[in-house]
Amino acid sequence: MPKVTIDNITIDVEEGTTILNAARKIGGRIVPPAMCYYSKLKGSGGKCRTCLVKVAQSSAKDPRPMPKLVASCSTPVQDGMVVQNLTSPEVAEARKGIVEFLLLNHPLDCPVCDQAGECDLQDLSFGYGMEETATEDDRREFPVIDIGDKIKLHMNRCILCYRCVYVADQLTDKRLHGILYRGDVSEISTFIGNAVTNDFSGNMIDVCPVGALTDKTARFKSRVWFLKPMDAHRACGKCPGKVAIWMFGNEIYRVTGRKDQFGEVEEFICNECRFEKKEPGDWVIEGPRHIKRQSVISANHYEEMKKQSIIDPIAGEMNKQE
Amino acid sequence: MDGKILLANIDIPGIRGFDVYRTHGGYAAVEKALRHLSVQEVIAEVNRSGLRGRGGAGFPTGLKWSFLDRKTDKPRYLVCNADESEPGTFKDRYLMHHLPHLLIEGLIISSYALGVNTCYIYIRGEFKYMVGILENAIREARQHGFLGERILGTDFSLEIYVHPGAGAYICGEETALLESLEGKRGNPRIKPPFPAFKGLYGCPTVVNNVETLATVGPIISMGGEAYSKIGRGKSTGTKLISACGNINKPGVYEIEMGLPVEDFIYSPGYCGGISGNKYLKAVIPGGSSVPILPADLILNTARGEKRLMTYESLADGDFETGTMLGSGGFIVYDEDACIVRNTWNLTRFYHHESCGQCSPCREGTGWMEKILYRIEHGQGKMSDIDLLVRVAKNIEGHTICPLGDAAAWPVASAIRHFRKEFEDHVLHPAEVLSKERSLLKVF
Repeated sequence: MPKVTIDNITIDVEEGTTILNAARKIGGRIVPPAMCYYSKLKGSGGKCRTCLVKVAQSSAKDPRPMPKLVASCSTPVQDGMVVQNLTSPEVAEARKGIVEFLLLNHPLDCPVCDQAGECDLQDLSFGYGMEETATEDDRREFPVIDIGDKIKLHMNRCILCYRCVYVADQLTDKRLHGILYRGDVSEISTFIGNAVTNDFSGNMIDVCPVGALTDKTARFKSRVWFLKPMDAHRACGKCPGKVAIWMFGNEIYRVTGRKDQFGEVEEFICNECRFEKKEPGDWVIEGPRHIKRQSVISANHYEEMKKQSIIDPIAGEMNKQE
Repeated sequence: MDGKILLANIDIPGIRGFDVYRTHGGYAAVEKALRHLSVQEVIAEVNRSGLRGRGGAGFPTGLKWSFLDRKTDKPRYLVCNADESEPGTFKDRYLMHHLPHLLIEGLIISSYALGVNTCYIYIRGEFKYMVGILENAIREARQHGFLGERILGTDFSLEIYVHPGAGAYICGEETALLESLEGKRGNPRIKPPFPAFKGLYGCPTVVNNVETLATVGPIISMGGEAYSKIGRGKSTGTKLISACGNINKPGVYEIEMGLPVEDFIYSPGYCGGISGNKYLKAVIPGGSSVPILPADLILNTARGEKRLMTYESLADGDFETGTMLGSGGFIVYDEDACIVRNTWNLTRFYHHESCGQCSPCREGTGWMEKILYRIEHGQGKMSDIDLLVRVAKNIEGHTICPLGDAAAWPVASAIRHFRKEFEDHVLHPAEVLSKERSLLKVF
């Protein structure tokens, strides 16, 4: 089995594992951020370039470094490979540049965006971005459109990760939407206004790393951090039926897939579960869902948690003050 | 020049047709290769010739061929990259237009060497008129038994298809070309896997430039050894250079590698000097994406040696004081040319042609264009110049395909060598804008 060293931590992984997945196996802060890679979608990754890392040594046989930074999500490890992520200033600089590019045309409308609080781009900007913008130009604008009767598309917020296109390709029987045009005017859209009605199309919302695709049955109802995520299940003929329901009091505001610490759903769910089952009686509630990611959602104390484990860097500061 | 190899017969009337081409020694190389040489011998000749890819990267052709996966039982493909869209480069168009059979000949021999039975010519959408020329040449070659089943009575069969693209620069990148050829959106693929293992329809594929493949025929005729004696050092043979800009005689020239740049610009046999008796200001020697060099650095290297038309000499001094031979799109600027305006024009091109797949190129190319538009139109700030350098640096090397690099290099090099001109645009906009400036007064 190949042995790979990432930020001075060595681990054995399966043949053909990518650098990103090897880092995820180690876990913690050394995991490069990924905006477009989605382990459950074949062919995804390589596009956003936020997961760029430096390969200081290609393999045990060939100790030369790779000439360019590589996308960790699409580069397989080799035995004896030495990778630098946090330990490389070059990577930090490049990632800062990438975040700047991703935010260049992003409207930064977090105050009115439903994704705020569980947005990958928000986390990324907080972690790696700059405090002020260098651009003074107008941002590109698209009209807000409906993709089907349940999904709203804010193309302005899209970072073109292609994840929703892969969902349509791989989960639904017929893809009705895709990328139109090219360059910085390319947009996600349906073919001449066709509605996306497939049973699994709702998963586009879950895979969207930003607030470009939102659930029309839940949007503008509440900020995510005021809701209590609960694990729940039901007997569903189409999907496994294991979901996270987001409750306010005894009301179910929205239903999503269960997302892991890397923001990926454990299992895709069907549109019936997602959009139509909004009564507590529809579900068998298992208990509060533990949000593993450092997230503002956890700050609401819906679950007994130590402060320490919620937001590590800040918790340290808070303890000192107390 | 006497030592013309590719364009030796170009002035003969009717050379585009099969009969005239045949009477002037055409298809002799195919007969020699198929009748008298084994596959290994053909490859050995190409290796010995030292032929390097003429599309821009200059990668040794024999080495590229050796990567082709021959172990699988899948079919193998040869794809001829005729998607010549780089601003300033028009050598392949000239070659295909006048000597289509030279390309067909090269394709047959290369396919024979690679064990390929299906070959595609992916041609740029704007070259629509060329499709007829090439298909006519293919039909003629088939009528005379050089294409189709069991060519010249051997076991080797080959079909060539011409496939026009839809006019996207990005489809000149080999994996985007393959995607487009498969009928998909022309987005570059993430490498690895390389086309030599998983190319067209997931099968092993070699993608070569038109000029590279056209050179294979003459190499077989004259022998790899003889070919390698032409040129200088590792830059063997001849190269087609498409010269344009402020020169007296723009056009396509075949030069022997190692010709001094100065001779190329000023000798009456080639560019014939700068038009209007003006001074030389700058040159982009290899198509719009290679770094621009000011007059003193293009004529002589930083070490004081004469700059030659070879891969090595033009790259001498790396990007600090050097550039690249690239695809041979030789663009000359005279003293009145505005570097800022030209750089802006180039960024407009790369902005328009970015596929939008990966973020640095999608967002960065447009941003650079906007900043350069501001500077060029007298609304720039001093900080904009440094911002441009930073944006170019953030794009370079961080993208899926080389288009990001191609967009970043012209900007970075223009500021590196002509920073003062950018500063003048910022400091004295009224003065700069009122001046007569050559090139591009359309907008």
